[in-house]
Amino acid sequence: MVNGRPAEPAVRAARGPALPILSTVAPRRREPTPEGSAGFRTKTPRPVYEPAPVASRPYADQIAEWLEVLETTPLLELGARADAVRRERHPEGIVTYIVDRNINYTNLCVTDCRFCAFYRRPKDDEAYVLSYEEIGRKIDEAKELGAVQILIQGGHNPYLPLDWYLGLLRYIKEHHPIHVHGFSASEIDLIARVSKRPFHEVLRELHEAGLDSMPGAGAEILVDAVRDFIAPKKIDASYWFEIHEAAHEIGLLTSATMMYGVGESWADRIEHLVKLRASQQRSLERGKGRYTAFIAWSFQPLHTEMQDWDIPLGTGMDYLRVTALSRLVLDNFDNLQVSYVTQGPKMAQIALRFGANDFGSLMIEENVVSAAGTDFIMPEAEMRRLITDPGFQPARRYQDYTLVREGDDGCPCCQRHGKASLAAAGAGRDA
Amino acid sequence: MSVTISEELRVQPTDPRLIPIAERVLAGERLDREAGITLFESNDLLAIGALADLVNRRKNGDRVFFVANQHINPTNVCILRATCVFCSFARRPKEEGAYTMTLDEVFAEADQIRETPVREFHIVGGLHPKLRLQYYEDLIRGLKERHPGVEIKALTAVEIAHLARIEKISIEDVLLRLRAAGLDSIPGGGAEVFSAGVRSTIAARKLAAEEWLQVHRTAHRLGIPSNCTMLYGHVETYADRVDHLLMLRELQDETGGFLTYIPLAYHPDNNELGARLGRQGTATTGFDDLKNLAIGRLFLDNIPHIKTHWVMNTPKVSQIALHFGVDDLEGTVVRERIYHDAGATTPQGLTFSEIVRLIKDAGKRPVERDALYREVREW
Repeated sequence: MVNGRPAEPAVRAARGPALPILSTVAPRRREPTPEGSAGFRTKTPRPVYEPAPVASRPYADQIAEWLEVLETTPLLELGARADAVRRERHPEGIVTYIVDRNINYTNLCVTDCRFCAFYRRPKDDEAYVLSYEEIGRKIDEAKELGAVQILIQGGHNPYLPLDWYLGLLRYIKEHHPIHVHGFSASEIDLIARVSKRPFHEVLRELHEAGLDSMPGAGAEILVDAVRDFIAPKKIDASYWFEIHEAAHEIGLLTSATMMYGVGESWADRIEHLVKLRASQQRSLERGKGRYTAFIAWSFQPLHTEMQDWDIPLGTGMDYLRVTALSRLVLDNFDNLQVSYVTQGPKMAQIALRFGANDFGSLMIEENVVSAAGTDFIMPEAEMRRLITDPGFQPARRYQDYTLVREGDDGCPCCQRHGKASLAAAGAGRDA
Repeated sequence: MSVTISEELRVQPTDPRLIPIAERVLAGERLDREAGITLFESNDLLAIGALADLVNRRKNGDRVFFVANQHINPTNVCILRATCVFCSFARRPKEEGAYTMTLDEVFAEADQIRETPVREFHIVGGLHPKLRLQYYEDLIRGLKERHPGVEIKALTAVEIAHLARIEKISIEDVLLRLRAAGLDSIPGGGAEVFSAGVRSTIAARKLAAEEWLQVHRTAHRLGIPSNCTMLYGHVETYADRVDHLLMLRELQDETGGFLTYIPLAYHPDNNELGARLGRQGTATTGFDDLKNLAIGRLFLDNIPHIKTHWVMNTPKVSQIALHFGVDDLEGTVVRERIYHDAGATTPQGLTFSEIVRLIKDAGKRPVERDALYREVREW
């Protein structure tokens, strides 16, 4: 079934007997209970984490240099330096955002990340997989509202084979054409393992079936010692980079993220940034795909296994320093997104003076962070007010950061891939 | 593009209109009305913040003051229910949700703090048509008896003027009786925006500007210190804001009785004004919050402290504000009602250790204070 395309493969795969234990339920949130929403609020003692000395780290010199900058530069001066870089890269003063919908096709996951409130174990009666039709319906609703892409991500569900993903992508492109930004590196790894195929072949097949770009999720902190502390079963840092660079190799654009405030040190945060910069450098030299943007946010503890751990959560200072520092370190990244969903509209707006030039996505649906108790969803008028108020010009964009223009032909990268023309197709003309 | 004005200023203005203002601030000169309006118009947030930070450092160094306090709102019944259209807290006497606490209920609420080191009660409420001065005297006296170490900051100028009216006695007599009962200072609420035009739109029947100032002038003359505020982010213009600050600065020149200035962010949920303006769900922006704090620091050169109220600004923005000229952080609060009725999504209280950590994490020195800004201890 990999190369051949039987009639209605998609629909059959979704309904078919390949997924016997899965029920299809709408995602819902649990109210907090004394035991914890996911029932796993065991009194797991916090694992010990000792950050490694700077000298023993890769890129030690660069890390030491940036640590020095951080320690000697007052907050507003750091912001002003980042703001100057932003002005240089985006002198027109435009702050972009994308209209999209997060579709979480499954919450079933076997990776047990301690920071996650979204996933359910295989036997949990709240575990779900969405059917192709449900996903199609969500896409149509989103397009009706002006979405130009879907972000499709899910748990690490070992019951879904590669064919399920290929079928889904073909189904979307055939019946509900839209830019598909999907499947983070750790999902790619799981699909490869479940299907016993090399990950770069998985990437290529997904791309051919309709995957247009790849989100930067699953990065957390790209330092193995931290990953062992918060997500011991997740792919290690070098593998995350390998998958992203392989995606770039076949021409895909990806993004990069960081989730801080999980007990890591500043050296860990900087190592993460410096490694990303090096990875981008390699991809730029190859001249195909690249990272389009960097997005940082702080760990949201509610309902997670880590909620009772004695770790300092990300403060306002942390957010602005991470934002400004990332703008300075990542001098080969074009765009820096704010995270209003986790930081709130006030902090997100302030971050526009600390190096950020993109408001991220105007999400029509979001489930993951909301499951952890953070829920700043806003209407478009409010997002535009937040951008306009400090003197910036708001503009809708596509995934590749070209601006949406009145009467344009839809997502330019999908056009280039010879895929469905989105704006031309329009919601009304979809079957 | 930026010009280096002084090495002391770590962020040089990118907005050229700020250069002459920066020069005046560096020289320690007072800012005029025009400069105030220019500051509000400018989007050069970091330069404004750095200027305010410099002024604050000259006054307060690295110290950030906070008080372990508890807010108590004895009643939400208010005769201005219909005319203060920005308020989500007030109720008519028989309206659903209206409450008036008995003295025992007030004492019970205050008793929650027995195990924590609270040093200040912040007591404000509606203008109840029937609660007499005696109730407030008994309330203050009762709290003082039960919590002798705790200072009492109670009743805004609007409530004091209301009590004078229903008792048919002077403002001075109300203040003297309250002080005899144990009042230590008075809060800065009810100032809103002094402009008569704005007041007629958002608080038509509330105490006029001159009367509000007169209550504070009287308190200061009697040796009762007070705070001052401005409610921003509704229908006021930048000129209205600056005129408001000018009036506060003028009274402070005269009396020196203001301890701290607190800009208050208007919250549009569950009130008539928010509905009229179509503003539900849209708080003031982070830029505006920081600018109001920083410009307050730059303009009010004679008021010792500038306070950020984390209930409305959020704890994250309040922490950042410590680099924008702010040296005073609202305290533990315990249970905030007024802004939460207006849609605030922040916590209703912060713990003592959370406040200490926020300040330390900002690179500042936390100083626990009492209601009169005397140092209790440094953390």
